[in-house]
Parts: sequence; C-alpha cells; structure tokens
Amino acid sequence: MKEGYELIYKRPKTLLDKRMHYCPGCFHSTMHKLLMEVVEELDIQDRTVGICPVGCSVFAYDYMDVDMQEAAHGRAAAVATGIKRMLPDRIVFSYQGDGDLAAIGTAETLHACNRGENFTFIFINNGIYGMTGGQMAPTTLENQKTSTSPYGRNSATAGMPMKMAEIVATFEKVYYVERVSCNTPANTRKARKAIKKSFEYQMQSRGTSFIEVASNCPSGWKCTPIESLDWIKDQVLPYYPLGVLKDLGKEEVK
Amino acid sequence: MGEIRLMKGNEALGEAAIRAGLQGYFGYPITPQSEVIEYLAKEEPKYDYVLIQAESEVAAVNMMYGAGGAGGRIMTTTSSPGFSLMQEGVSYLVCTEIPCLFANIVRGGPGLGTIQASQGDYFQATKGGGHGDYNMIVLAPNSVQEMADHTFLGFELADKYRSPVLLLSDGSIGQMMEKVELPDPKPYKPNKPWATVGKPKNRERNILTSLYILSDDMEKKNIHLQAKFEKMEKNEVRFEEYRTEDAEIIITAFGLTSRISKKAVDVGRESGIKLGLFRPITLWPFPKKRIEELASKKEVKFFISVEMNAGQMKEDVMLNVYGKKPVYFFGRFGGIIPTPEEILSAIKSHL
Repeated sequence: MKEGYELIYKRPKTLLDKRMHYCPGCFHSTMHKLLMEVVEELDIQDRTVGICPVGCSVFAYDYMDVDMQEAAHGRAAAVATGIKRMLPDRIVFSYQGDGDLAAIGTAETLHACNRGENFTFIFINNGIYGMTGGQMAPTTLENQKTSTSPYGRNSATAGMPMKMAEIVATFEKVYYVERVSCNTPANTRKARKAIKKSFEYQMQSRGTSFIEVASNCPSGWKCTPIESLDWIKDQVLPYYPLGVLKDLGKEEVK
Repeated sequence: MGEIRLMKGNEALGEAAIRAGLQGYFGYPITPQSEVIEYLAKEEPKYDYVLIQAESEVAAVNMMYGAGGAGGRIMTTTSSPGFSLMQEGVSYLVCTEIPCLFANIVRGGPGLGTIQASQGDYFQATKGGGHGDYNMIVLAPNSVQEMADHTFLGFELADKYRSPVLLLSDGSIGQMMEKVELPDPKPYKPNKPWATVGKPKNRERNILTSLYILSDDMEKKNIHLQAKFEKMEKNEVRFEEYRTEDAEIIITAFGLTSRISKKAVDVGRESGIKLGLFRPITLWPFPKKRIEELASKKEVKFFISVEMNAGQMKEDVMLNVYGKKPVYFFGRFGGIIPTPEEILSAIKSHL
C-alpha cells in the first residue's frame, strides 16, 4: 500500500480469486461477494455449508470458499433441510433462482418454510430463466417478453408473477423475510445487512429466513447493465417492492 | 446370540437400521411399507436420529442427499411408485458418491398398481432406474430375518463403496411376521473426510456435485465410477443354492419366490423330478459366473425363472446361460403370489 493511501474496498478472503462466468452487470457476482463478506465478518467459514441450485449460479461453489453441495433442480430447500438437521450448529444457506425456487421447487420451498427449517434462503429473482437462454419464469412480469413469451407474458394463460416473499411470509414459522436489491449502492448495503441479520437469526435458532433479491439479467432481458437497473426501478420494484415483509425479531424487541 | 423377536419385515428393517447406527431417516408414507416410518417414529424418543416425514418422495431423496452429504448414516424406504419418484435423486447420489440405504418394498405395477406384493421393479433396480450409466448394489431379502441382516449389510456396503445400496423386497416380506434374531447394536464411527460439514482452515473446501460440464471431466468421472462398479462385481456377488448338486432342472428365483420355489424343489423331488434352486441374493452384481457354471453342467437340462413379474430376471439368467440350455419362465403378476403346485405344473409342461 502506497503511503497516504487507505484501502477501503477489497475482496473478502472467503471469496476465491477467480474470474466469474457471470455476464457483465449481473447481480450474482455482487450477491456472492456480499454473502462471503458476511461469512468473513461473522467468522463462520468453518461452519458454513451452502447449497447451489441449477441455474446460472450452478457454479457458485467455484467462487465461495465454503463447503457446498450442488442440488438437483429445485431441491435446494430439501437438501438444506437434510444438512441442517444433521448438523444443527452449522450455518446453512440455499442460493436459488426463480425457476429453481418458485417453479420446479415450489413444494420443497413452501414445506421447508412451513416447518420453519432454520436456514437462510437467498432467492435471486430476476424474472427469467437465465441459464437456458431467457425463457419465461414464474416471476416474469406481466407483458414482459421472453423467448417463451415472445408477445409478452399473458396473465390469462400464464398467471400472474409469483410473489414468493409475500407467500412465505404467511408461514408462522418463517422468522424473517426481506426483499432487497443491488440496483443502487444504498440497496446493496441493505442487502448485505439482511444477509447478516438472517445468519445471526440462524445462529439463534429462530427459524427460516428468506431473502428475496430483486435481481437483473441484462443478457436475458436483452439490454445493457445500466438499462437493466432502469428496468428494475421502473418495472420490477413497483410490483416487487423492497423492504422487510416480516421480522419476528423486531416484533419481539417491541 | 442376539435378541429374538416376532416382527413384521418392515419393523425388523427399522429396528435393524437403529441398531446399525441410523442417524437420519427421510420418507413419505406409501403402502405396503409405512410401518418402517411408523416404527422409527415410535422409537425416536429413545435415540437421537433425525426423522422427517417429507412432503414427497422427491423431497425425501433430496433430504437424503443433503444429510448424507453432511456425513450422516441415512436411509429411506418406499414402495414402487415412490421409488420411481426418487430416481433422479438416486442418480445424483451415485454420481456424488454419497453412501445411503434405500429399501423398495415392491408392490404391483405399472401405474398406481396394487398394494399387493410384486417383483416388478427388478429392471428398475438392476439396470439403473435413473438417468446415466450407473449401478447400485441390490440386496434381495427373502425373510424377515434377512430384512434385518441386509439392512445391516446394506449400510456397511454403502460406506465401503461410498455409494447408495438398495434393498429390493416386496409387500409380503414387509408385512409378514416371523421370528427374527436381531443383530446387536453396533456403534457407528463414520470416517467421511469428504463430507460437507464446514471447512476448517487447514483443508480445501469440500464440494459435492454431479456437474462436470467439460466432457473430458465427465468421462473421467464415469471411468472412476465404472471401476468402482467393477470392484463391486468382483467382491460382492452373493447367492444361495439348494439341492443343485445333482439337479437336472434349475429354478432361478429371488426374494419371496425363492422361498416358494424351495418348497417346489422338495415336492418335485418327492415325485422324482431332480429339481434344484439357484437364488441370487445380490440382484446386482448378478451371480453371472455361477449361472454359467451351472449351465455348463451335463446333467442340467433346463432353467426356469420363477418371478412375480413378466420375466425380468429371466433376461439376466439367459445372458449367462448363453444359449447352452433352454431358459423357461413362470410368473404371476399384479400382486398374485404363485403356489408351489403352480410352479411344479409349469415345470412339468417342459419335461
């Protein structure tokens, strides 16, 4: 470090020094970093186990320097349940996309929430199937164009975009639900705080934490990374508002 | 001598699992095997295993994946349609090399089928079942005693090869009550340095994945798995013979039909027909060599495979008899159990 300079930004040691395969501007890389920053800050690398989904983040284990299991498509919540029940003192998180968590894996998601499994869901909702090339997801916005809804999502046949955070917040044993984003530096900081809070709750055996990330997909949305931020602000957040949907910890404090 | 009890096959399976050091059971109720989860639920307060009644067989097998990956001695039990639902998970477990025990208490199919006993899942059990090139050791108990013994053995083989093992039983053995001498409890000391338990500072992270996106890597993984399957074929073949020394006709049968066929051998011998029974205990690896030897014996005139299906194991018998002798078949479907008399009259029709 040169004299007179101060290091204010660095890669957490828990994030491996590798070039990521994610598209430019994708929030996955930001979310990976936030997650691993929290693991480093809480000093829990030796007792953290993560689960990757099938989707763009299928290779998350290439970047996060913690023990990880790669789940079958949609089954991360069941896998997380198995790990956490065997090792109740470990910090367990599932990292899943919208096709994974809200389409093929809906049953596993809801039942893990209903049982109040004591792990953290990191739910990356970008409203599209990124890995398979931009098909419609359960969370695709009404009239949004994708490769399987080329004229826009028709809610008459495809239903309305699923609000997973709102749905899981209705389960009694779900302790903490927040929707965050990384579309602005301020929101990114809030996302990091949410992850940290969920891990702390997990250490206190409070039950399920569910963090939904209003995420982006410049490649699938066929726009630039900057345009994807506008789309989030103008289209996504009005339908998927940010904020805490449920925090029993806060209510207990009251 | 171990403790002797009168038990249902399904209960003996559950009790033996506990005595083998069960750490996690994940299952979904389905007839005719729900007694296993019921038994384990009843016994749960006395032990410290994890028991989850999952929302589906799909969830159950993936809980196995998580819990097994975390290093636990784990098991699930199900019956035919449930095992079909688990097949994707089995394929993942084989590829990630997570040891665990499955029991399929087979009922009649296809489709929703019947809740009566059947052997209709032989192909599914021995030829893969899920996607990709794989095998798993398949044990076929034919008594309540063996439901217990094979549970013990199954856990050990699973750990030995870091691979799932399957008990292929049927609704009759699961439901019937017999005397069983229970194996003594054995403390379980796992040695699983590959498990995802949290990465200490002094080792690389453990990753359990079945994703090998580069073809070279995927081929390498397959070669590794095939070498393991070869070892199983070399070391784990198990079978039983009854009065085959001078037999002219060899009945081949596994599981329940092997017991009925034993009776047919005795009755047939009384009327002067020189019958013998060859019973594979491991359906995979299949006792290929011994069948080949029997087929080469001069006095052996033909084989007849007796099964509660359409002749699924007959194909494996034929492959190893290799045209040296005729291989006939007698079977009943849909939950019907053949009688010794039926078997004998089928044999007589070929004399």
